[in-house]
Amino acid sequence: MVRETTTEVHHHKETFLTRYIFSMDHKVIAIQYLITALAMGFIGLFLSWLMRIQLGWSGRQFPFLSRLFPGGVEEGIIKPEFYLAMVTMHGTIMIFFFITAALVGGFGNFLIPLQIGARDMAFPFLNMLSYWVFLASCIVLVVSFFVTGGPAAAGWTAYPPLSGVAEAIPGSGLGQTLWLLSLALFIASSLFGSLNYITTTLNLRTKGLSMGRLPLTVWALFITAILGLLSFPVLLAAAIMLLFDRHLGTSFFLPRLFIAGHQAGGEGGNPILWQHLFWFLGHPEVYIAILPAMGITSEVLATCCRKPIFGYKAMVLSLLAIAFLSFIVWGHHMFVSGMNPLLGTAFMTTTLLIAVPSAVKTFNWLATIWGGNIKFTAAALFAIGFVSVFTTGGLTGIFLGNPPVDIQLHDTYFVVAHFHFVMGTAAVFGIFAGIYHWFPKMFGRMMNEPLAKAHFWLTFIGVYLIFFPMHYLGISGVPRRFYDFANYDFIPPSVSGVNIFISIAALIVGAAQILFLVNFVWSLWKGPKAEKNPWKATTLEWQAESPPPHGNWGPQLPTVYRWAYDYSRPDATEDFVPQTVPVVGAPAGTDGGKH
Amino acid sequence: MKFVSRLASLFAVAFATSTLWAQGTIKGKVVFQGTPLKPRMISMKQDKKCDALHKGKPVTGDDFVLNPNGTLQWVLVYVKSGAKGGKAPSKPVVLTQHECIYRPHVFGIMVGQPLEIRNDDPLLHNVHFVSKKNGTFNLGQPVKGMKTQKVFRSPELPPSSYFKCDVHPWMRAYVGIFDHPYFAVTDSKGTFTISGLPAGTYEIEAWHEKLGTQSQKVTLKAGETKDITFVFKR
Amino acid sequence: MVKKQKGSIHAGLFLLVTILIVLAAVVITAGRFWWLPPLASEHGAWTDRLFVVTLLITGIVFVLVQIALAYFVFRHRDDPERRAAYFHDNKPLEITWTLVPAVIMTLLIVSGGRLWSRIHQSPPEGAYEVEVWGEQFKWALRYPGKDGQFGRTDIRLINDTNPLGIDTKDPASKDDIFFPAGEGELHLPVGEPVVVRLRSKDVLHSFYVPAFRVKQDAVPGMVIKTWFVPTKEGEFELVCAELCGLGHYQMRGIVIVEPMEKVQEWLSQQQTVMDVIP
Repeated sequence: MVRETTTEVHHHKETFLTRYIFSMDHKVIAIQYLITALAMGFIGLFLSWLMRIQLGWSGRQFPFLSRLFPGGVEEGIIKPEFYLAMVTMHGTIMIFFFITAALVGGFGNFLIPLQIGARDMAFPFLNMLSYWVFLASCIVLVVSFFVTGGPAAAGWTAYPPLSGVAEAIPGSGLGQTLWLLSLALFIASSLFGSLNYITTTLNLRTKGLSMGRLPLTVWALFITAILGLLSFPVLLAAAIMLLFDRHLGTSFFLPRLFIAGHQAGGEGGNPILWQHLFWFLGHPEVYIAILPAMGITSEVLATCCRKPIFGYKAMVLSLLAIAFLSFIVWGHHMFVSGMNPLLGTAFMTTTLLIAVPSAVKTFNWLATIWGGNIKFTAAALFAIGFVSVFTTGGLTGIFLGNPPVDIQLHDTYFVVAHFHFVMGTAAVFGIFAGIYHWFPKMFGRMMNEPLAKAHFWLTFIGVYLIFFPMHYLGISGVPRRFYDFANYDFIPPSVSGVNIFISIAALIVGAAQILFLVNFVWSLWKGPKAEKNPWKATTLEWQAESPPPHGNWGPQLPTVYRWAYDYSRPDATEDFVPQTVPVVGAPAGTDGGKH
Repeated sequence: MKFVSRLASLFAVAFATSTLWAQGTIKGKVVFQGTPLKPRMISMKQDKKCDALHKGKPVTGDDFVLNPNGTLQWVLVYVKSGAKGGKAPSKPVVLTQHECIYRPHVFGIMVGQPLEIRNDDPLLHNVHFVSKKNGTFNLGQPVKGMKTQKVFRSPELPPSSYFKCDVHPWMRAYVGIFDHPYFAVTDSKGTFTISGLPAGTYEIEAWHEKLGTQSQKVTLKAGETKDITFVFKR
Repeated sequence: MVKKQKGSIHAGLFLLVTILIVLAAVVITAGRFWWLPPLASEHGAWTDRLFVVTLLITGIVFVLVQIALAYFVFRHRDDPERRAAYFHDNKPLEITWTLVPAVIMTLLIVSGGRLWSRIHQSPPEGAYEVEVWGEQFKWALRYPGKDGQFGRTDIRLINDTNPLGIDTKDPASKDDIFFPAGEGELHLPVGEPVVVRLRSKDVLHSFYVPAFRVKQDAVPGMVIKTWFVPTKEGEFELVCAELCGLGHYQMRGIVIVEPMEKVQEWLSQQQTVMDVIP
């Protein structure tokens, strides 16, 4: 299990190009991933503004929008197909290209080698390839905004036949094809990453670092990589099959149809097959987004509370349980799809069971905070905020996982509220906590803390103002993916007021993200120089330089003597003991000290 | 240069007048015999705003309009074969969305002639043109008074070329696209007039949305006006 | 505890914000300012009850966990003169907070499962049947006529006069009554079980009548049956709940619930397939 620690550092000559652009250094790749993901995230945020403008002020003319989007906005009014394209692209970008890319591609690349005491990933070239394929997928997706018919508009779930027949909606032309291609590239890139993370975690741990001593971030990223490896290929197959249906005349998903005045489709295809294949990835995908954020939260909470993480074993076991269960719950997205109701019962059982490990995690975080001595860094605030929004969002899952209750709430704003709390904002809070925490290590400079805290408060309060009211819209029966609600009597008139309220909050919270952007860019050049271990943390990366050089460590790899959470040990003088500090009387590699 | 083009236009005018002089006209009416179909009763309840424009009352559809004199409105009559040519006028044909109904319900247009699509209603309409030879387009017109121009490139006959509205499914208008100017649509008296035809033998066809097509051969001498009648039976 | 603490502002603010969020949530939810649409079906009473039970359970947990989080954060805020406690395991505590959610979830699974199978048991013999077709962006309807049987249909037979592709050679289809999309209203008997056969011509749609607590996708190539008992007379809205294209938000239908005699009388006045399709 434990590798020899005296591996040579290869020092091949580096040009600017191989060092910063076509770099095989995991840290540079991590930063490339992170910055690309943040750029995509800002696009996704901007799209949500457009959606909120439509939902808040449907029918009002905003002439400046016509100038920005001559194809999608007529006379200052967003067109329904453009609105649906925004819905689709916002979801796609945020889930895959922002959250997954930032957490898995960004933090996965940065943290795994550093926290396990390795010099780099197991396959540096594959790692580089992973980023460039990811970048290609981003470019294809962005290009789809500019093609005839606009980008894909069939929702991020791309249910056929809507996504399978070009006449079904303007976005189902070239836009949908590019969407599928982009997703296929994204999946390929993600698979390269997963292979790397799994191999690296298993094989490159430094001396003394048994699996039982891994920081929870590495555990979370490792399990995430396994999830991705096993679930993403299914969506890749589905995407290729849908491309075949669209362009080569197969009918995997398309039965005989009559659409836009003529016959279409083929013989024997079934649209529900796509839903099974899509959600076989789609559900693990939400855990791919949330598990790394859970890992980051655990790590940051322990550091800022100056206290060992509570229930380390339970944390790892619950991660494993969530990951395992996430493969057998996909049908809870399909309770009213026409799937056999018997299957509904099975999926309900597995889905509601996921609440148990999730609850365990929440209680463990609470117990970690209890008795702590919390340093309110911006990262700490976001980690605490994570626990808050994850709890709120997790609880509403209990409604949706129960099919008789889901009947009424399915495809309403209740669902929108649920997933924006539990995996949307929770994952984003994880990203922010991670950036504020590891920025000094990534760039060797500190971020501005007061600005970061202002960013937290605006975002935290704003998130509740935006998404909490959506629960009430959902309970009132307001359907999601609606361009306008004026046509329905069952929707209470107060809903338009609620929508204006949400839209104003969304515009403000969106604008608040500029605080983050400014802080990030400013700190890159002007932030005060960071010391090795500014947060007085125990894990290995804080023993390396800030930023770590190519190869991370000096000639000698670090040796680990203890678990990752020795904060405030009563027998130590300092309130933290790094993993590299030997335990008195215990040889390296053995379980040093009771934890 | 200027002189040459002036001379050319002079010749063109002279040529045009000489042909005009020799032109014939086909006019007539379209009669219905038998049990009339029930016209579609359009309930606009699906859209509250449209329903309000009609004060909640159902509207009689244009799919079968039997005039009091026993003739049919909205029949497209055109020269099916034997005629070609003619320059497309630059004056646009106008298709209006008025009180959530397309007006006119049936019309003809020449290849290259502009079509102006207008929204008369204070609400969002979506002009969805479907065809086999002229492609499709999907045009949002969210505000009152909005105008958009379109031009067609290939001749095409209804019912394969038509307009619908994706947000008001009852809305429909049929268009005949021709590479000559010899077509007309029957009015509320069931009559039509196709003028400016050179002498010759033509196949004239009449198309009705619910009743299909009828055709007859007509031979026209120079300067002659012929009266013909189409009879749709059921 | 009057000495100045570094993180007081943030700890205090977090406590305050959390209390405000929890208070607002409790007041708005308990006050039912926004609530489920008025109920008009039999099984809706059962699903609504399970909704309320779930709301109570999750509501209590929400209040407890959020307040605990905020209180813990406030109580254990930064104090330079104190050192954090050192503990990281507590078996009895951990087992308790694993078992308690497990028991609650089991109860919810059992009650949810029983209700789910009750909703999905087969409809009573001779129930009133109607077929609802989704198409972009409107609903078409078909009633079986006097023989109580729906005739065969085939997408390939669809044309302007036969918008559902009804096979007129099938004897069962002769007395079917159909309404092209957007033209009819769905007439249902009050107090009687109603079976809706859901179909689609083009893309996915979802038959959603908020007042009935019914939502079921219509899938092209499939006939999906769902059944329920309307309990109130009146006019209700039918909504499409599955994204079906740019007119999705306009796909509204009207459902009229009235006594069976009235429904029968209305049906007897309608034209059948024989009258309409030559």
